[in-house]
Amino acid sequence: MIAKKGLQYTENHEWLKQEGRMVRIGITDFAQEKLGDVVFVELPAVDDQVTKEDPFTVVESVKAVSDVFSPVSGVIVAINETLEDSPELINEDPYDQGWIVEVEPIDEFSFEGLMSPEEYQAYIEEE
Amino acid sequence: MNLAVYWGGIAVDHKTGVPLLMEKSKPGRIGYSLPPLDVPELSLDELIPKEYLAAQIPDLPEVTEPEVVRHFTQLSRRNHGVDVGFYPLGSCTMKYNPRVNEDIAALAGFSRLHPYQPWDSTQGALELMYQLDSYLAEIAGLSKTTLQPAAGAHGELAGLLIMKAYHREQGEEKERQEILIPDSAHGTNPASARMAGFVVKTIPSQLQGGVDVIALKDMVGPQTAGLMLTNPNTLGLFDQNICEIAKIVHRAGGLLYYDGANANAIMGIVRPGDMGFDIVHFNLHKTFSTPHGGGGPGAGPISVSKELEQFLPYPIVTKEDHRYTLTKPAKSIGRIKSFYGNFGVLVKAYAYIRIHGPQGLREISENAVLNANYLMHHLKDDYYLPYNQQCMHEFVLSGKWQKAVGVSALDIAKRLLDYAMHAPTIYFPLIVDEAIMVEPTETESKETLDQFIEVMKAIAAEAKEDPDQLIQAPHQTPVGRLDEARAARKPILRWRSKEI
Repeated sequence: MIAKKGLQYTENHEWLKQEGRMVRIGITDFAQEKLGDVVFVELPAVDDQVTKEDPFTVVESVKAVSDVFSPVSGVIVAINETLEDSPELINEDPYDQGWIVEVEPIDEFSFEGLMSPEEYQAYIEEE
Repeated sequence: MNLAVYWGGIAVDHKTGVPLLMEKSKPGRIGYSLPPLDVPELSLDELIPKEYLAAQIPDLPEVTEPEVVRHFTQLSRRNHGVDVGFYPLGSCTMKYNPRVNEDIAALAGFSRLHPYQPWDSTQGALELMYQLDSYLAEIAGLSKTTLQPAAGAHGELAGLLIMKAYHREQGEEKERQEILIPDSAHGTNPASARMAGFVVKTIPSQLQGGVDVIALKDMVGPQTAGLMLTNPNTLGLFDQNICEIAKIVHRAGGLLYYDGANANAIMGIVRPGDMGFDIVHFNLHKTFSTPHGGGGPGAGPISVSKELEQFLPYPIVTKEDHRYTLTKPAKSIGRIKSFYGNFGVLVKAYAYIRIHGPQGLREISENAVLNANYLMHHLKDDYYLPYNQQCMHEFVLSGKWQKAVGVSALDIAKRLLDYAMHAPTIYFPLIVDEAIMVEPTETESKETLDQFIEVMKAIAAEAKEDPDQLIQAPHQTPVGRLDEARAARKPILRWRSKEI
């Protein structure tokens, strides 16, 4: 289990990466490990509104169907369409090729309430 | 490339499995014989308008009758069922289905009825439904039952629609949108609530595994439509705060729904109605020994309180002057299934209830609970037991000690198949890591239970000494470890004549 440097983390096991105005979102290595093999990702559509702490994507694995919660409020500007045919990317490369969406936050984006890689590592070790 | 076919997620490989019926096909081989034609022969075009005729003749296997019989018999021999061996699948109550149930259901007076037959000629069948309705209501501690739902989740949906109808009657349908469901619940509960148009709110469990009553108090209010609960819960634990939980929900104006999937633990001992539940479903295919698995048919009747009777789906059987008729309750939510539900299943459940009687049903639950506690006691030194207290009819172990050496709950489950035992439910409930959920049922002998204990201990030892043996299991089954992810990601749902 690794928490990658340069990303921010939520208690629900999503990661965020700020890229200019946009925020890229995915699920963590810990989350994919817990889920097991991902078999389907139900992606939102571009231009969909997302609300902080509300589910916006559904990830289905051989074990369970799980919601992914949005860490920010805003508008979806990009989705990772490769996941539709290759959901296994979430297992194989959760922090890079397995990204899920990009959101343009409504408000100025802040890292408040999010965890650093070190904090997240400590958080999952406690779980 | 090697072709594979998936039946319910099971891959039958060309090299290792039974050949497909399509592959046994020989052009021109015929498996039937018809008597000589004694009416004028007409061409197909004269009988069916051209636009409805298929352009191509469908590709069907051309095989003889013995080939077909042998094919399916061979397949069935590779299957595991409760008639073959132990089947401790938690939350599913895979008890033995007594053959006498089948005898009764096969009686011509039940099996050869037509649903449109006049009621005067079906009084016996109607009487059976009327009595089963009252037996189930009595076991539930409630007033009246609909036998229509075809499964537990179907019962849940019907129950939630009744809840909605009740709030509409109170003029509160718009406000009361929320259904409260514990985080340990069966997945069908939130799914049914969403289907019925409600919003789902999850109640956390407290450390002993029951509903967190303090959290519940904060969550109820004028927005609460109701609460769905199974008691004992999916951890196999009886929630001792149930009367207080019921009071909190009722005071807030909500109703209580009892998910009866775990009713095998409580029959004749405690009644959901007495705990404060307003609506209860029973899975006849679990608790009342009608066969299940493979998609049914099942039956999920729901019993309701006096106050909710008027909303029941129709038809229900009523008795007037020694005559049984089908009627529609005053404010019925409507029909939820064609005709009378899965009638054959109802007959089997009725037979089971009559054969056992009230005392017998109580003993069934007592033995189911005793068997589960016996297994739990003997396995808790080898597997981590997260909720270490007396269980009801099932219990949940965690494979986390084994996980520490790289062996998962899935590996343990697969290894059990090598010992000709069905695997327990795994990875459920979600609140337990590496969950292994065991439900032995009352129908197993002490020898079978001891054998299971021995096998589980052997597997725990293997995890320490020879983990590879487990990671590569099963070794003795017709097919080895299946690629579940590929089956779900790239399913091949039907046979194709050409290589893909």
